[in-house]
Amino acid sequence: MSETVKKFMYLNRKAPYGTIYAWESLEVVLIGAAFDQDVCVMFVDDGVYQLTKGQDTKGIGMKNFSPTYRTLGDYEVKRIFVDRASLEARGLTQEDLVEIAYEDFETEEEIDNIVEIVDSQRVSELMDESDVVFSF
Amino acid sequence: MADTIEVDGKQFAVDEEGYLANLNDWVPGVADVMAKQDNLELTDEHWDIINFLREYYEEYQIAPAVRVLTKAVGKKMGKEKGNSKYLYSLFPYGPAKQACRFAGLPKPTGCV
Repeated sequence: MSETVKKFMYLNRKAPYGTIYAWESLEVVLIGAAFDQDVCVMFVDDGVYQLTKGQDTKGIGMKNFSPTYRTLGDYEVKRIFVDRASLEARGLTQEDLVEIAYEDFETEEEIDNIVEIVDSQRVSELMDESDVVFSF
Repeated sequence: MADTIEVDGKQFAVDEEGYLANLNDWVPGVADVMAKQDNLELTDEHWDIINFLREYYEEYQIAPAVRVLTKAVGKKMGKEKGNSKYLYSLFPYGPAKQACRFAGLPKPTGCV
């Protein structure tokens, strides 16, 4: 359809709850996924908490949208990155993060987990090669 | 402005597009009444999709966009059901939008 495919990066820097940024970002990613662009989602700083398992929002009366990140693969967002240094600074490892599966419906290629931990240099490269960076 | 629909003598609030205002209010009768308004008779095949959507929402906290629904139905129920032709034959006003409404879910995220 569109001959100009741009590389979009959604950059998430904030903790999931307490502000509206994380939810707004996730909604934009899911809505934008309809437009056949080359999309990647990056989690750095407190943004890494958006992918941590076992969130419970009952005490703060907010909708728990943490399970929704696991639909990113269904929405054909295939490139999801987490900054290693941000994880380590918070005492977290990949074990603490949700797994997001991806299945290519046509080729039936299945990937159990598309969440990729990358070092700072790769984060910079990925930002550099993006045409547009949306920072939340 | 917001309206209500009547199901078994009880009033249920709906938003301006006819989606149930409160997800937790849902009872199967809601789907029957909404279907009647759209001149549809719900069959087991309709209910498979409605129940599937409710399970999807329960697990992911989101009403899926139509192509995501199509894909997910195909995965769970087979490719002969996971295609838009089949789903549109059940839900002529759009399988995600109409079926989500019957299922008491919000309007799907990413349906344009």
